Order: sequence, then C-alpha cells, then structure tokens
Amino acid sequence: MKAFELVNPTDVSGAVSALTAAGREGKLLAGGIDLLSEMKEYIATPSIVVNLKAVSGLNKIESSAKGLKIGALVTLSDIAKHPTIAAKYTALAEAAESVASPQIRHVGTLGGNLCQRPRCWYYRDEHVICLKKGGSKCYAIEGENEYHAILGGGPSYIVHPSDCAPALMVLGASVDISGPKGNRTVSLDKFFILPTENLYKENVLEVGEIVTHITVPAPAAGTTSHYLKIRHKESMDWALSGAAVALTAKAGKVTSAKVVLSGVAPVPWRSPEAEKALIGKQVTTAIADRAGAAAVAKAKPLGGNAYKVPLTRNVVRLAVLHAAGVKG
Amino acid sequence: MSMDDRDQHDPNEPDVSRRQFLRGLSGSLAASAVLATGVEAVPLSPPSPPEPLEPPLAVGPRIKGQVKVRLNVNGQVKTATVEPRTTLLNTLRDDLGLTGAKRICDRGSCGGCTVIADGETIYSCMMLAVDAQGKKITTVEGLGTPEAMSPLQAAFVDHDALMCGFCTPGFVMSCTSLLKHNPDPTETEVKEACAGNICRCGTYPRIFEAVLAAAKRMRGE
Ligand SMILES: Cc1cc2nc3c(=O)[nH]c(=O)nc-3n(C[C@H](O)[C@H](O)[C@H](O)COP(=O)(O)OP(=O)(O)OC[C@H]3O[C@@H](n4cnc5c(N)ncnc54)[C@H](O)[C@@H]3O)c2cc1C
Ligand code: FES
Ligand code: FES
Repeated sequence: MKAFELVNPTDVSGAVSALTAAGREGKLLAGGIDLLSEMKEYIATPSIVVNLKAVSGLNKIESSAKGLKIGALVTLSDIAKHPTIAAKYTALAEAAESVASPQIRHVGTLGGNLCQRPRCWYYRDEHVICLKKGGSKCYAIEGENEYHAILGGGPSYIVHPSDCAPALMVLGASVDISGPKGNRTVSLDKFFILPTENLYKENVLEVGEIVTHITVPAPAAGTTSHYLKIRHKESMDWALSGAAVALTAKAGKVTSAKVVLSGVAPVPWRSPEAEKALIGKQVTTAIADRAGAAAVAKAKPLGGNAYKVPLTRNVVRLAVLHAAGVKG
Repeated sequence: MSMDDRDQHDPNEPDVSRRQFLRGLSGSLAASAVLATGVEAVPLSPPSPPEPLEPPLAVGPRIKGQVKVRLNVNGQVKTATVEPRTTLLNTLRDDLGLTGAKRICDRGSCGGCTVIADGETIYSCMMLAVDAQGKKITTVEGLGTPEAMSPLQAAFVDHDALMCGFCTPGFVMSCTSLLKHNPDPTETEVKEACAGNICRCGTYPRIFEAVLAAAKRMRGE
C-alpha cells in the first residue's frame, strides 16, 4: 500500500471539500473492505484518503410510512437483521445477508457496497493494464472469462459485483449525493453506467461526490420481493448469477414487476423483457419460465461463460416463483 | 507520484517483498545508466527534517507519517507507532507481539486474522490500526491460556478440530462470538458463523462438532 495522508472530516461538507481538494489523488474510505484491497494491489494509489467513518448522521436506518432512509455508513449486517427491512423490503435484507461473510458484513457499508469496483481478475491484477485502466484491450474477450458479462458487455466485459444494488433497484430506490456543486438525488436505475458510456467508472459520481443516503419508497400494498444468488462457493462468494424480483399483485394478477440481475452485466441489469412477460399474468411455473427465457434472450456469452445463460434463466424463474409464493 | 514514493517501506509487506526486490533491480539499472551517460545523480528531494522523537497521537483532522495509536486489546490499553496505512493485523502481530491472528491472504478472504471488535467479528487485515482506536479488541490471546483454555478452545482440543492449526485462531474467534450471541446454535448456524473462515486442511466437520459440544457444556448440559 502506498503511504497516504488520512483526513478525518466530521461532517458531509468537510468530506466533500477534502475529497474535492484532493481531486484525482483522493479516495473515499467507508468500511474499507474494497478500497484497502485495491490499495494493497496498487490498483488504487491515493495520496489522500478521506475517512467517512467519523462523519455524523450517516449510520442510521430511518423507517417511516413513506419508506426507508438508510445512511451510507450503515453496515450490511445492520441491514440484514433489521426487522422492518426483512418483513417489507425482503429482497434488500436477503441481498445484504448474501454478501461475503459475517466479518465483512460487520464492517462493509451500504454506500461502499454500491460503489465498490469490479472484481474482474484482469482489472484487479496490478501488472495488467487493461481497458479499464487506460490500456487498449479487455483481456476477458480472449482470456479467462467464465465470470464475465453475458449481457451489456463491450468494450469491457466486467460484471457489477454488488448484491444490494439489484435488490434496491427492484424496490425503486434512489441515492442522495452531496458534491462540490451541491446536492442531487439520482434514481438507482440511472446511477450505474455501462462501459460504453465511461470505461473508468461504474456510476455517475463525479470527483468530490459522496453518496450520503439511500432512500427506498414504501412498497405498494400487495408487493413481495426476493433476491436469489447462485455462487461458486456457497459460503462466501460474489454472484455467478443472481436475480432480484419485486412483484405487486392484485386479485392474483401481477400489476407491476421489476427484475434486476446481478453477476451477468457491467451494471446491475434491469430486464424489461422479463418484466413484460409477468405483467398482467398470474404467476405459474410456465409464466416464470417464460420470464427467465425472456431475461436471457439477448445474452451474448463469451468463450467460457455460456453456462451463465441457462443458469440465469433458472435463477430468474426460481426468484419469480419465490417472490410470488408459488411452489416451483 | 514517483516510483520511490510508491515503494517506500510498506509496513504491510514482508521485509523483502517482490516489489522491493524489483525496485532494487531497477535502481541498479538506473545507476548504471547514469554512469554510462556521465550525468551526475542529483537527489530528487531535499533531505527530510529529522523525525520528532515522539510521534503524535493518531487523532485529529489530518493524520500523516509516523503516528502513535492507542488500542484497547484484551482489556489492556497498548500503544504502538504506526502509519495511517498500517493494518490492525500488522499492528497486533508486529508491534504488540500478539501473533494469534494470522496473516494468510491479507485480502479479507480467508478469516485467519479474525478478531472481535466491539462484540462483532472482523478481519483485522482489512481495518486500519488508526480506525481500530476506541474499539474493544479481543484476540485469541484474550480468551484463555494453554493451561486454562476457554471451554471452546478446550473443545477444539478434545475434538481434534485442527490439523496444521493455522486457521484455528480465526475459527475460534468466529465461534466464540457466535456462542456469545447465540448459546444454543444449530449446526447450520455454526456453519453460517464460519462462512468467512477457510481451513485448507478440511477440518470443518470436527470444528462444527467441537462448537456444538462446547455450547452444550457452556449451557451446563
Ligand atoms: C472476500 C470478499 C468477498 C466479497 N463478497 C461480496 C459479495 O458477495 N457481494 C457483494 O456485493 N460484495 C462483496 N464484497 C465487496 C465489498 O467489499 C462489500 O460489498 C462492502 O459492502 C464494501 O463496503 P465498504 O464500506 O467496505 O467499502 P469501501 O471499501 O470503503 O468502499 C468501496 C468503494 O466505494 C467508494 N465509496 C464507499 N462509500 C462511498 C460513498 N458513501 N459515496 C461514494 N463512494 C463511496 C470507495 O471510495 C471505494 O472506491 C466482497 C469483498 C471481499 C473482500
Ligand atoms: S488474512 Fe485477513 S482474511 Fe485472510
Ligand atoms: S487446520 Fe490447517 S488450515 Fe485449518
């Protein structure tokens, strides 16, 4: 790890100004689980690290009739064990619980989970200057690509590593951002960006900007949600493929459906095709399977990850059935 | 950022790291280039002022260079001189002589470095020492001694729950924390508590057995 100066602001404006002043030399530290890994590998070499941990007001979960307001510093374990989140925002509790290990969930924050960098092994190798690090090539295209994207890939084929993002997206969440130019609120649907838009970051945050809160509207009556994640190592791993599903039903028919996939695309991947297959229908095993097939209809696997196509189809099918409370 | 700045002795790296070795090589190549061109080497920066004898305490709005941390470990307040980049794990092992927590992956993936901070397990390799100030840290040394082991440690011995033993302190910390929060866990709950610990020798079944037996004994059954 390169030596750095640690700045400890106590409020958001202090953190924004420290980060803005540091410019490209600065990095924001929340739980540090991802950032310290990047720094140990010399993927990130900040000379100034702005520590968010002492900033007040960012570590609370507020729950009201309107919905949830979660501070960016709230840990994943606090989200997983929050009774209201488990009952009403089920996909989010399940997603938080599925992240890594207890040791990581005790420290890792929701803000850090959304803003973590990709886990592509070429990107994470100090000695490989890939497309995402200013090089000219995405080595996954011809290289070892079993964990890479089957949807939305190109020119880089990373997958977005966050489990909480797809769950928050199906629940209609947005993020509050503070930055040098003031505050803004961005729907999570518009927060993540594809490599075609920008190769060097995975979201819309500009230099100096900080996610302060995540807000989730209260789900409409009759809404259920579920997050299903399949991993190589069941005890602790990122998703090979995952699906968050939220369904609102009236008189047995789906009136609103949201499906967002993890582990298969450079962003948490919203699937309007799967959603369309569900709206207006009563969920049956056949309808759920149709949603799964629709979700992967446009998939373009690389040499080593074709297994993700049937896997994702089944993950969507099972997540839909579980969200709808139908036995598969 | 110069190459030298990047590679300045990193307290998180073993004494001669691959990076330092490579840097040594490139340094001698650079020196021979200077000799060949006859250009004299000029120091890149003026000599730095002498270090203050007592480094400042690592608190306040900006922390840089050598700083002193005050850590509450196993019920005792200890101080160590570190840098902002020094991890809690390296401070425990290299400065406080507490080598129970193991440095294996150093990337938050194996659990060998597990300690308890304010009642919850954490990976000490993924926390900066300066950020561990103010927390109550417990390492495996704080549980029992070889002569007077904790009931869980004793159960690991009774059930032969280790082979090489390298992963053991991490498992013991994860399971100690589990039994504090949940005195009557199911086997599934024991497995969930161990999800962030890896045993290359594959002693898992014995570990689960030991934890369940210790739980039973601690409940007085
Ligand atoms: C072994 C291992 C397994 C893992 N498994 C999973 C998994 O299964 N699923 C998963 O989703 N993740 C996984 N992670 C990734 C990740 O570390 C955690 O998800 C965690 O939530 C990161 O949070 P943090 O607070 O530690 O982030 P940090 O490391 O502090 O920050 C991560 C990044 O986000 C930026 N950032 C942090 N907070 C903010 C903010 N408020 N505003 C703007 N930028 C911010 C930081 O600058 C940094 O670039 C894993 C990590 C490891 C090491
Ligand atoms: S050494 Fe910390 S988790 Fe492996
Ligand atoms: S006993 Fe050898 S790694 Fe676990």
